[in-house]
Amino acid sequence: MIKRSLIFGALVALLLGGCIGQTPAASPTPVPEVQVLTVMTHDSFAVSAELVQQFEADNGVKVNFIKGGDAGTTLNRLILTSLGGTPEADVFYGLDNTFLSRALEQDLLEAYAAPALAEIPAEFQLDLSNRALPVDYGDVCINYDKAWFQEHELPVPQSLEDLTKPEYAGLLVVENPATSSPGLSFLLATIATFGEDGWQSYWQALKDNGVVVVSDWETAYYTNFSGSSGRGPQPLVVSYASSPAAELIYAETPLTEAPTGSIVADGACWRQVEFAGILKGTPNRALAEKFIDFMLSQPFQEDMPLQMFVYPVLPSAKLPEAFVKASEVPQKPATLDPELIAQKREAWVQAWTELMLK
Amino acid sequence: MKHPGTKSVLRAGLLWLLPATFLLVFFYQPLLAILRLAFSPAFEGSWQGESTAQVLKPLGFTFWQAALSTLLTLLVGLPAAYLFSHFDFKGREALRLLSLLPFILPTVVVAACFNTLLGPRGWLNLGLMALLNLSEPPIHMLQSLPAILLAHVFYNTAIIIRLVGSAWSRLDKKLVYAAQMLGANPWQAFREVTLPLLLPAITGASLLVFLFDFTSFGVVLMLGGPQFATLEVEIYTQALYMLNLRLAAVLSLVQLACTLLVAWLQSRVSQLRYGKAALSAERANLRPPRGAAEKTFTVVMTIILVLLILTPLISLITRSFVTLEAARGERGQVQTGFTLRYYQELFQNRTGSLFYVPPIMAVRNSLVYAALTVVIAIVLGLLGTYALNQPWKANRIFEPFFMLPLGASAVTLGLGFLVTFRQPAWSVLPFPLLIPIAHALVALPMVVRTLLPALRSIPSSLRQAASTLGADGRRVFCEVDLPLLLRPLLVSMVFAFTISLGEFGASSFLSSPQTPTIPVAIYRYISQPGALNYGQALAMSSLLLMVCAAGIFLIEKIRLPGEELY
Repeated sequence: MIKRSLIFGALVALLLGGCIGQTPAASPTPVPEVQVLTVMTHDSFAVSAELVQQFEADNGVKVNFIKGGDAGTTLNRLILTSLGGTPEADVFYGLDNTFLSRALEQDLLEAYAAPALAEIPAEFQLDLSNRALPVDYGDVCINYDKAWFQEHELPVPQSLEDLTKPEYAGLLVVENPATSSPGLSFLLATIATFGEDGWQSYWQALKDNGVVVVSDWETAYYTNFSGSSGRGPQPLVVSYASSPAAELIYAETPLTEAPTGSIVADGACWRQVEFAGILKGTPNRALAEKFIDFMLSQPFQEDMPLQMFVYPVLPSAKLPEAFVKASEVPQKPATLDPELIAQKREAWVQAWTELMLK
Repeated sequence: MKHPGTKSVLRAGLLWLLPATFLLVFFYQPLLAILRLAFSPAFEGSWQGESTAQVLKPLGFTFWQAALSTLLTLLVGLPAAYLFSHFDFKGREALRLLSLLPFILPTVVVAACFNTLLGPRGWLNLGLMALLNLSEPPIHMLQSLPAILLAHVFYNTAIIIRLVGSAWSRLDKKLVYAAQMLGANPWQAFREVTLPLLLPAITGASLLVFLFDFTSFGVVLMLGGPQFATLEVEIYTQALYMLNLRLAAVLSLVQLACTLLVAWLQSRVSQLRYGKAALSAERANLRPPRGAAEKTFTVVMTIILVLLILTPLISLITRSFVTLEAARGERGQVQTGFTLRYYQELFQNRTGSLFYVPPIMAVRNSLVYAALTVVIAIVLGLLGTYALNQPWKANRIFEPFFMLPLGASAVTLGLGFLVTFRQPAWSVLPFPLLIPIAHALVALPMVVRTLLPALRSIPSSLRQAASTLGADGRRVFCEVDLPLLLRPLLVSMVFAFTISLGEFGASSFLSSPQTPTIPVAIYRYISQPGALNYGQALAMSSLLLMVCAAGIFLIEKIRLPGEELY
């Protein structure tokens, strides 16, 4: 009789003991006096292990990363937790020009005039107070499925206006700007191109032409886009100018040419510049400065393209071959004043929602 | 039972101590912290209640889709529960186990699964187009309300099967026979005997399904599309995109109030006329289907379940072994072939990334969190269930509060966690430990919902008899309660395990990027362009399915020695 409960108890104990024994986190290993630098970043952040280990060895520091969602949610998470007490990290990377003003307004960052800024082109230095330092850039563009347009003997659209033509009816899928970062970028590109008075009638024309709206990039690219592995119905999707390079690098069998391309006509893409900054109130100011310098150094700048599919801001950084081959950089991407974006973003998204979803 | 003495109040209080402390510290504290922030002057300007439509519109839709989804889930789940609790047929065990697997799949993967099945170029449409000679795909299922409903049924049928099925199989058939002997026809016997006895389990399971649908997020966002917004989707958008924390908090409070209301209603209904029935062992009720009607029922139900639950899973696993675009873009033609490439690639860190995690490590992380979740949820759940079973008036007020974590917005609670536990005072707590704690918060109500009806159905005469024969309290628990509770306990363990394994939101919020769980790793692949990334996401999902199936299989193998006696 007693045996029975003993066996059950032993089982529970085994389960308990088993997991406590192997929990990496629960076992508080006595750490020697190594300083920890915490970097808050977005989900797409990636870096070579080798580089970070080198930085850690050089500075006698352990770097901890926290990922807070996409560019927008990461910033908002930082703002909310800073309001609730101490900031979660020492360094923030992944702020982009659509959210720049909000971060500056909320006074999240400390100024740092990094020496490397001297080499970075002025077009990227959008914050003259040097609180947000440019690290990389990329472009949100429409990708097209090369095979689809070949098969249907249809010319690839050459501009945003082309997309409202009847021959392209129902062929474009975009993301909801209220829930998706590239979706917001594309909306801003249309506002930059058609002006504050014209963008709504442009979207009305898109709507009449059967544009498909989905919530997020994953659905747009893998469920709706015909050029991806998901083999969806739409041959045009709002994605990144570097996506064709990614298709080439992550192809299943080596390809000589990317299966997709980007429409890089003037004004058709949105230029996204990403920034890093030192979070206000950090007790590790000196280390944080070193980490910023590290991000702006040649090795890190050359590592970024293949890790995150973005372009380095440092002109001397060399690009990998697949980038040169498959990704075109738009000559005249659309931009808007960060100040204006900060003022109007919510109103624009609201108006867009009213127009497209109601 | 009508005159609870101070002794039983004391006992209830003692039993309450641990679960209540847990909920206070890890649920109510972070919730209050984030609400306080939302209503602080920092968010003065964000929302003044100028537009009630912003609350009422998502509220209406949330109720509507949740009610509809729950009804549909019951429609499939109740016959399925009957099937599994009464008939022994080939493949029963396998089908029962597989029916739980949808529960763990991340929405982004389910969306991909449904697309390969029902999408414009999914095999259903391709087949119909070939069969009927159509030029356009006839079925437009994705990005619509039916897609949301279908996904909810796909996800939650297992809850009905497990909870109601477990209660149904423990029901003593003799009661039904007795009713029939007294002249009742099968329908009367069902209505007068079976249904009242099953009611606590049915309403309890429906409540869980309803709350899961009510707080649905990923399904609505990805399968429903941007024209649909539940409260949870609105909270997410408002808090994390619009930085309108005030409105997000108001929406969260509305969601919590609804949860309380529904939970309270359920506890009223289930107390209305629950009876105590003698119990029998699960397998004792099983027999092969006899006669044409029972055989047809078995075959039809099996087909429905296979179509509903298995086909998306099979299409997912198949797709992880098949290459579709050998040279897309070069020849403009789709080529197919068998490949192991996606799985091989999982084991390679091609770019030397710092965040690369070998599949084994992701599996290990997930299993450690899942095991901890099971332990926390079962220990606290058992205590809570016994506390609720004490004849103490206050229990009736406490019971709905136990369900509240299921109705809490994941975003709000997640932000609450960050605001609360990132503070220096909590730095002693190893941060990743918050992951199984967050998972246990979701699992706890499920455990209580599973155990409570079972515990209440144990006739007190059994315990009294044991006491009369000289057994002390612990003996009574071990000899009477435990054997009778074992099945429901295993059901709860399985649920806690699967909830933890499949959970994505809290894990991605709280985990360090160097120690991701399987769903976090899946998401990492599918959020990048490229055929290999897509393939690896599917391969990792198949791995998740296998790990989960193995886990459930092992848990269900737990037996008490001599259990056959019951």
